[in-house]
Amino acid sequence: MTTPPTAASGGVVTDSPRPATNKVAVIETMTTTPTPNQNQTQNQPTPAAEPPVCIQAREFNSWYGDFQALHGIELDVPTNRVTAFIGPSGCGKSTLLRWFNRMNDTIPSARASGTLDLHGTDLLSTRYDVVDLRRRVGMVFQKPNPFPKSIFDNIAYGPRLHRRYTRSDLAELVEQSLRRAAIWDEVKDRLNQSALGLSGGQQQRLCIARAIAVGPEVLLMDEPCSALDPRSTAAIEDLIRDLRHQYTIVIVTHNMQQAARVSDRTAFFYEGRLVESDETERIFTTPAHRETEDYVSGRFG
Amino acid sequence: MNDETPQNLAMLVDRGEPRSQSRRRAFDRGFLVTCLAITAIAVLALGVLLGSILIEGLPGLRWSFFTEYASRDASKAGIRAPLWGSIWVASICAIVALPIGIATAVWLEEFAPKNRITAFIRLNISNLAGVPSIVYGILGLTLFVRMFGLFGPIQAPELEIGGRLYAIYYDTMQEPIRVPAEERGVAPVLKTGDVGFVQEIEEGADGELIFTDRWTPVTLTIVPEDEDAPEGYGIIEAWQAEEPADFETERPWYYIQFPLGQSVLAGGLTLMLVVLPIVIISSQEALRAVPGSLRTGSLAMGATKWQTTRKVTLPAAVPMIMTGSILAMSRAIGEAAPILVLGVALFITDTPSSLMDSFTVLPMQIYNWTSRWQEDFRALAATGIIVLLMVLLAFNAVAVLIRQKLQRPLS
Repeated sequence: MTTPPTAASGGVVTDSPRPATNKVAVIETMTTTPTPNQNQTQNQPTPAAEPPVCIQAREFNSWYGDFQALHGIELDVPTNRVTAFIGPSGCGKSTLLRWFNRMNDTIPSARASGTLDLHGTDLLSTRYDVVDLRRRVGMVFQKPNPFPKSIFDNIAYGPRLHRRYTRSDLAELVEQSLRRAAIWDEVKDRLNQSALGLSGGQQQRLCIARAIAVGPEVLLMDEPCSALDPRSTAAIEDLIRDLRHQYTIVIVTHNMQQAARVSDRTAFFYEGRLVESDETERIFTTPAHRETEDYVSGRFG
Repeated sequence: MNDETPQNLAMLVDRGEPRSQSRRRAFDRGFLVTCLAITAIAVLALGVLLGSILIEGLPGLRWSFFTEYASRDASKAGIRAPLWGSIWVASICAIVALPIGIATAVWLEEFAPKNRITAFIRLNISNLAGVPSIVYGILGLTLFVRMFGLFGPIQAPELEIGGRLYAIYYDTMQEPIRVPAEERGVAPVLKTGDVGFVQEIEEGADGELIFTDRWTPVTLTIVPEDEDAPEGYGIIEAWQAEEPADFETERPWYYIQFPLGQSVLAGGLTLMLVVLPIVIISSQEALRAVPGSLRTGSLAMGATKWQTTRKVTLPAAVPMIMTGSILAMSRAIGEAAPILVLGVALFITDTPSSLMDSFTVLPMQIYNWTSRWQEDFRALAATGIIVLLMVLLAFNAVAVLIRQKLQRPLS
C-alpha cells in the first residue's frame, strides 16, 4: 500500500503537474496494483483475468436542451475496480457519471439516447426503478453534503429509507459503515452530535459512510476531494484504495496525480467525446492519442 | 505593443478629472446625518404613540379588566369576551391556515413542475399577499357567513349538524317550554302527556333571578279553549299550543350550521384567507433556503421525493416556517377590518363555547371603544391597545426566540 506521506505530498501538487511527478505516481500505482489482486476472490484467479463488466455504455449520447454534452460514448466500467474519469472542465465526465444513477432525472432539460447497462439491464429504461438503482449505485458529491442531523442519523438515514431495522441492528450497521469509511474512531464518542460540526474531510468520509450504508455495488464520486485540503484528500484516497475490492468505484477528478494514484483504469474525455479509456498505467505512460498525452502531461487543460 | 500597453493604460487612468475629496467626504457625512434624522423621526413618533397610550391606558390595567365582559358602565367593562374571541379565532385560523399553507408551499417548491400554470399560481399568491384585508372580509362574508345564500338565511339555516331542534311555547306561568321538533317551521302536534322542558331558574345573591342553561322535563297539559286554564308549569292553553312562538337549536360544542353565520368559525376562516398567502410565501422562502445539495444527497441514496421532503427538506425548513407562521398569526390577531365586514355583534356578554357561537375580537372592541364619545371609554380603548400590543410583542418575541435557538446552519 502507498504510504500516507507520499499520498499527501502528491495531493499538494495540483496546479502544474510536471511529467516527472506523474511518473513517480504511476510507478507507485503499478507496484501496488498486483498486491490487492492476490487477495481477490476466486472469481479472479490471476491478475490478468478481465473483471466482469459492471456498467456498459454503447452509442451513448446526452443532451441538455439543444446542447449535446456527450457524443457516442462506448465504455466498459469493470466490476470492483476504480475507474477514473479525467478531462478538462465541461468535457462531459460529470454528466456521464450522473447518468450512472440517473441523477440527471432531476434536471428537466437532460435527455439521453443509446444504451447504458448495469449488469446487462438498461438502466435508462423508464421501467427501471430509479429508487432501487440509486440504492445500488451510490454517489458522493464534490462538496460534502451531510444532513443537518446527528452523525448517527446521517448514516442511519439511507438504511431506514429502504428497510425496517431493529435498534441494535441499526446501531451495528452504523458502526460498520463508519468503520468501513475509516472515520469510526474519530466520531464514535459523538454520534449524537451534529454532523455539521465535523471538518470538511471528516464530512466527506461521513458522506462515503452514508453512501455505503445502504449496501451499494457501485460508488460514484464526483470530484470528492476538490473541496478538501491535502491531508483530507490523502485520507479519502486511502479510503478509496481500501474500498476498491468491495465496490465498483467511478471517480471524476481534475487532479491527474489522484487519478494515477487511486485508479485501475482511466477514461479521458474531451469536448463530449471519450478520447480513450485504458489501464491507468498506459494512459499515463503510453497513451494512444495525442490529446491524452498533452492533457496528462499538463500541456493543456 | 506589449511594452506600450501599461503606459497607455496609466495615461488613460490619469485623463479623468479628479473629484474633490472634501466634497465626497461631506456628502458621506451628510448622508449619514440624514439617515439618522429620518430614523429619529420614526422612533420619536412611535415613542409618542406608545407614551400616550401607556399614560392613558395603564391605570385601567387591572385584573378585573381581563375578567369582565363589555358593559355600558365604563368602570365595570372588561375585555373577557374579545380576549377569548381573539384566542378562538386565532386558534381556528392557525389550525386551518398552517396545514394548508405549508402543504401548498411544499407542493409549489418541491413537487410542482415549473411551467406556465404554476408560474401563474406563484405570481398570484404573491399578489394575494398584497390584497387589503377588508377585501378578504367581503370574501369571507359571502363565502362563509352567507355561503352565497345556498343554505337559506343565517337565522334559519337549512343544514344543521349535531344540534337538537326545539319549538318554544309559553305556558300559563308565561315561562318558555321547549318541545322537541322535527323541522324548523313545522309545529309539532302537542297532546296532554307529552314531555317538554322548562328552564331552571336560580336565585342570585342579591335576589336577582338567573336563567340557567339547564332544562328540566315536565309533563304537558293542554287545556281546551272553553275551559279555564289554571296557572302552573307545563300547562299550555290550546290556542297557544297551535303555533310555537319560536324555534331554537340547542348547540353542543360540535354543532355546525350552514351557512356559518357570524360565528367564530366564520371569523377564523376569514382570517385564514388573510394570512394564507403570507404563510405560503414565508414557507416557500424557508424551503428555498434549504440547500439543494441536501435534496440531491438524499435522492442519491434512493430516497423518493416524498421521503426527501419529509425527512430532510421539511425538518431543515421548520424553524423558518415557524417564524414566518407566528408573524402571520400576529397579523391575524391584529386585524379588525375583515371581522368588521362580517357584521359581528359588538356587544357580546359571553365567551365562545362552540364553533357556532358569536364572538368579537380585541381590535373590534378597541375600535368600538374609541368611537364612543365618553372619555372613560377612550381610556378603556388605550388599556385594550396595551393588551393587544403585549400579545403581539409576545408573539414576535417567540418568533425571534425560535429564530435564534432553533435555526442552525444547514450546510
